[in-house]
Amino acid sequence: MNIINFTRDYDADFVSRVEEESGQKVSLCYQCGNCTAGCPYTFAYDIPVSQIMRLVQAGQKKTVLSCKSIWLCATCESCTTRCPNNIDVACIMDVLRHMARREGLAAVPHVKTFWDAFLDSVRAHGRVFELGLTVNYVLKSGRFWTDLDLGPKILPKGKLSMTPHDIQGKEHVARIFERFERESNS
Amino acid sequence: MSEAIAYYPGCSGQGTSKEYDASTRAVCEAVGLSLVDIPDWSCCGSTPAHTKDHTLSAALSARNLQLVAGMGMKLAVTPCPSCLTNLRNATHRMEQAAFKSKVDKLLDEPYTGGVDTQSVLQALVEIVGIDNLAAAVRTPLKGLKVACYYGCIMNRPPEVMAFDDCENPMAMDNILTAMGATVVPFPLKVECCGAAYGMPRPDMVGRLSGKLLEAATLLGADMIAVACPLCQMNLDLRQGQVNRTLGTNYRIPAPYFTQLMGVALNIPDAQIGFDKLCVDPRPILSKALTGAD
Repeated sequence: MNIINFTRDYDADFVSRVEEESGQKVSLCYQCGNCTAGCPYTFAYDIPVSQIMRLVQAGQKKTVLSCKSIWLCATCESCTTRCPNNIDVACIMDVLRHMARREGLAAVPHVKTFWDAFLDSVRAHGRVFELGLTVNYVLKSGRFWTDLDLGPKILPKGKLSMTPHDIQGKEHVARIFERFERESNS
Repeated sequence: MSEAIAYYPGCSGQGTSKEYDASTRAVCEAVGLSLVDIPDWSCCGSTPAHTKDHTLSAALSARNLQLVAGMGMKLAVTPCPSCLTNLRNATHRMEQAAFKSKVDKLLDEPYTGGVDTQSVLQALVEIVGIDNLAAAVRTPLKGLKVACYYGCIMNRPPEVMAFDDCENPMAMDNILTAMGATVVPFPLKVECCGAAYGMPRPDMVGRLSGKLLEAATLLGADMIAVACPLCQMNLDLRQGQVNRTLGTNYRIPAPYFTQLMGVALNIPDAQIGFDKLCVDPRPILSKALTGAD
């Protein structure tokens, strides 16, 4: 069991930022554990979701933002759907990874690399170019064996395009990303 | 009478889920839902966008909602639950003026509003209706035992998705029953398949999709009918990886529910696209259909 020194470690600003960005009241959580009971990813998490809720209440910014769980949550919405106090737990998990990104933290780097490769593809083409995304992820992650076994299964199906389908309004989509970056840095 | 609705295929509909897109279009046409493509639609950003920032995610969706408004339409449907969850979350969050003004700052023009979004599944059940779907059946799927798998976000969270039961949805069960199939009471209808972690964490998909394949097998289902391109990919294309992770030997077809509808509605094979799947449903399907006579 971890012992937390509230006087020394409680980060009030962190708690209010999570509440503001998620629109949720974290103090409503009474630790029933329903979210963890239904969470399909507990087996892979380093901290179960109900304990993340408790750590957020306790203002433990560093522990929460550097944990693996926030990068392994698939937003399956089981926790949000089943919370007896109507806390949007999945939204809080989303907000925690937004904050982790801003702090330069990503405890499961391959997941962030995959998501970034996806968004790079959207930004460049307006739509996701699936084969290009795969190649980009493999190059960035250095995991050259990724899905090699799937190539012979999917390529003969004639579903994967070898070239991207750029949309006419791709500059509009790129501008959304540019403005987002400008707003985030201002 | 044909009802015209804006159609958002989603990126996978042009690639890994081509057969979902083709069978959706054919089924909708056969039952009188007229789908009109959204001109120059763009990606909703899917999971990667909402895990990065909610304003960015909503802006990527809002560009498409605005295109629907520009068509003079008030309703758009999409076959993909991930697209749907982003489009609906964007609409839901933009009801708050402060959030909407942040989204508008990222767009060329502010979003004018007034567009609702639904899944194709919802439109089939609520606009066409089960009775009309049943009346369109030409080849009943008699003798076919199906586990209906909705995926985790088609109905959740209920406040945002506002469709069917969030723990025990029945829309697909009712449709495939109307098509003549026997649906098994599948307890994992809304359990997550491992989502987009197939590439970075295939072990997680192995464990979660493995549970679905196991439950369907134990229930004696011939196949798992799905409604999500990502679920379909995990259950079908990655079924071999699941088997290797778990030391199992499953070989269960996981066609889209629209493909099974296509069989019942006598839609041509080219539009059903069973040849696009890794585990071919046709041998089991023809055995079931002929065995029932």
